[in-house]
Amino acid sequence: MKRNAPLVVAFIAGLVVLVGGFIPREPFPSIESTLIDWFMIISGFAILLGQASLLHLNITRVKEKMPNWPYYLAGLISFALMLIVGLLWGMEQTPGLLGQGDGIVKSLGAKPFDYLFTNAFIPLSATMFSLLAFYIASAAYRAFIIRTFESNLLMITAVIVMLGRTSFAQLLTGWIPDKLSFLRLPELTNFIMEYPNTAAQRAILISAALGIVGASLRIILGIERSYLGGGK
Amino acid sequence: MKKISLLFITILMGLFPLAIWANQPVFTAEDMPWDDGTAVLLKWNLDSKADSLSLQKADSLGVYHEFFNEFSTQGQHIESSLEIGGTYKYRLIAYNRAAGDSSVFTGSATTKAQWFDMNKLSLLILLGLVCGAILYYIYLGRKGKELFIRRISGLDSMDEAIGRATEKGKPILFVPGLSDLGDIQTIAALNILSPLAQKSAEYGTELLVPCRSSMVMSAARETVKEAYMQAGRPDAYREENIFYLSDDQFGFVAGVDGIMLREQPAANFFLGAFWAESLILTETGFGTGAIQTAGTGQPHQLPFFVVTCDYTLIGEELYAASAYISRDPQQLGSLKGHDFGKLLVIILVLVGVVTEILGWGWFKHFFEGGGG
Amino acid sequence: MKKVDRTVIERRIVFLILVLAVMLPMLFPLGLKTQSTPLTQKVYDLIESVPTGAPVILSFDYDPSVITEIQPMALALIEHAWKKGHKVIATAMWPQGPQMADRAFNEVKEKLAEQNPEAELPEYGKDYVNLGYKPGGLVTIQGMGRNMKAIFPSDITGKKYEEIPLLEKVRTLKDIRYVISLSAGDPGLRDWIMTAKGKFNVPVAGGTTAVSTPGFLPYVSDQDQLHGLLGGLKSAAEYELLMGYEGDASRGMNPQSVAHILILLLILFGNIRAARKRKADKLALEENNG
Repeated sequence: MKRNAPLVVAFIAGLVVLVGGFIPREPFPSIESTLIDWFMIISGFAILLGQASLLHLNITRVKEKMPNWPYYLAGLISFALMLIVGLLWGMEQTPGLLGQGDGIVKSLGAKPFDYLFTNAFIPLSATMFSLLAFYIASAAYRAFIIRTFESNLLMITAVIVMLGRTSFAQLLTGWIPDKLSFLRLPELTNFIMEYPNTAAQRAILISAALGIVGASLRIILGIERSYLGGGK
Repeated sequence: MKKISLLFITILMGLFPLAIWANQPVFTAEDMPWDDGTAVLLKWNLDSKADSLSLQKADSLGVYHEFFNEFSTQGQHIESSLEIGGTYKYRLIAYNRAAGDSSVFTGSATTKAQWFDMNKLSLLILLGLVCGAILYYIYLGRKGKELFIRRISGLDSMDEAIGRATEKGKPILFVPGLSDLGDIQTIAALNILSPLAQKSAEYGTELLVPCRSSMVMSAARETVKEAYMQAGRPDAYREENIFYLSDDQFGFVAGVDGIMLREQPAANFFLGAFWAESLILTETGFGTGAIQTAGTGQPHQLPFFVVTCDYTLIGEELYAASAYISRDPQQLGSLKGHDFGKLLVIILVLVGVVTEILGWGWFKHFFEGGGG
Repeated sequence: MKKVDRTVIERRIVFLILVLAVMLPMLFPLGLKTQSTPLTQKVYDLIESVPTGAPVILSFDYDPSVITEIQPMALALIEHAWKKGHKVIATAMWPQGPQMADRAFNEVKEKLAEQNPEAELPEYGKDYVNLGYKPGGLVTIQGMGRNMKAIFPSDITGKKYEEIPLLEKVRTLKDIRYVISLSAGDPGLRDWIMTAKGKFNVPVAGGTTAVSTPGFLPYVSDQDQLHGLLGGLKSAAEYELLMGYEGDASRGMNPQSVAHILILLLILFGNIRAARKRKADKLALEENNG
């Protein structure tokens, strides 16, 4: 029963949504709306579940003084700080338990939550994303080594696209007459991105979409059940 | 001869009113075709001298109120959020302000809910063919027919990766993508997690599963727990090893990078949906010297995985992984069905190209959703 | 002492050079200009084609991490929509999206006030509104197609949907003239394409990070599944160019261009080194055989 109930739910919900995709009249729109409501309610509770798990895990690790426990403590303190200031004074126009906190806004220049968001959270997040630039540089340095004919093609394409996406492109090839404008780097880049690149992307997308149809069908029919933890 | 010319004149005279009608201003209101019965389609073709318009609807007292006034001589407007089965009266006033002139047209329509969306007929046919093929091959697989499936090295290497982690006494890291449970890529990742967890239980190697979504965490816990039970090692299962990190994209990445640098897992698996963070994750893993396997249905992240990982599952391979690993004939049969789907798409693309070259637009129109 | 791997040292050197390549053009701008591309122009044309007073959605499906690439797009798009007199509805599929929207609205308002202190600034609730964050992604958008009020009963200030003048005539997603999703991942642009365009036929355009852009190009097809695409800082700079000003994105193109050149030089260096290694290996092999 414990194993079969989710399979029955998956089968019925999958079938109803699938059929509802083709039949626009009632009761399908209502059923779909109800399923949407359920999903959103579950999503809302899932956020709480995540926070509970996060707190439980971090508190346990700090309590047991596991390796690197100060990191988990830092996580807990940050979590509590944002939660408390958010609850007390709210954020942006939203008031908190103590109202809009005009006094504290005067001294900080913003609500404490917004102050921390702007001056701590944003720079930290942006720093993580900016790592991408460094990693792209080091990965490109390793990846574009000419070994074969194909790798040669790959490198030439990469050079054209990279140059074409810079402001130097216009400087380098802007002099090419209008008749031969397709040879200008930005035009070449657009061509590569729009045709060969998109063709390859579409091929992968289509085969992935077929994979999705197959995987969905297996799940709806209960043939695929490893996501429920079980084998056969 | 006389008879023929008489016939010719009659036809011409018959066409004459049509020719006049074609140039006449027209306004029509009709039930929106193939919908849920909540919209009316209003179309107009106005005199070229008209310079503005007012589209109005009558209320229950018969008083008209304007609801649309964007001018175009030939255009249409869909009025939505109406009652099913309701009758609505419309009026269109076309103004020619320069001449101080205006014309009024009226029309009415009764909304009706349809039993089938004909715009999706092509989709239904394609879906029917692909699903039919998949079911047929599943049936063949069930009957015991041998089905050849090409090798997927990324999945064959799973044992090697786990073995290396066991040798080194280091954990295995499994990231089930950054999407929620509603994404089939995440389900596909969990399907791979199951056999992986079974093997890690058998070898006694620690398995770490950080999750971006709490729903994925719950599902992953269930998957791993069942896998450990099937491997006969329920005692080795540690719930705290499958944990939620953060919903924040790069907060999550920072967390996973931190785990890679501190715990130094010997094998990393990045399977599921990934976006801009893919390279940050795998390049960090590359730096720690772990064996890395990645797979995603997001084509634009594949180049980053190919550069930094030892093995990459490309698009459909991610969805096929569970069937490939389990060797369950029913699941393998479904993979054969995908191949039929690919063949079908290739044929449709070729036919589409030929019909477009020949100028037969109906084929493309049909597959664009113009079934009705 | 643990011996540091050669690859690790090489990576660190690459990182250091990159820091300089990014920092120097920021301190000493090169004054490089960019030029508009068709995909950016298409987004611009979409906004241009919609009449004054039309309700439109800008969805803030990103968080502060990608602020450098996507926020300049948000600023330019808001300014353009306001200049055209569109009623901008901000939604968010990501929890930090509403803050990003608020920052963008305030920044554009400040800029407009600076440019012309006499001008009447867009008014909250009348010209723009921030409906806040909703989880659920694709499913939420489907819900918006049936009833917007049910999905967003109030805005971020707690004001009820029916009390917001701008939303008076907006009942479902079908009443929206275009959706532009500024998207860093999931949920985001893909969900808008599949639902808003695919199901409800509302024009959808998008802005993404440069690394995710190629994945969305297949949608910019004849069927206009995606009505133009802004990809990364360069597209943001192009949009600023179309809007006739030089903002953060245009300034950011200087270091980005230099960094691209550096990467090209690194590729060249990597190839020279690989060729020399191959030659040395070949010689060593010949010596061994000989």
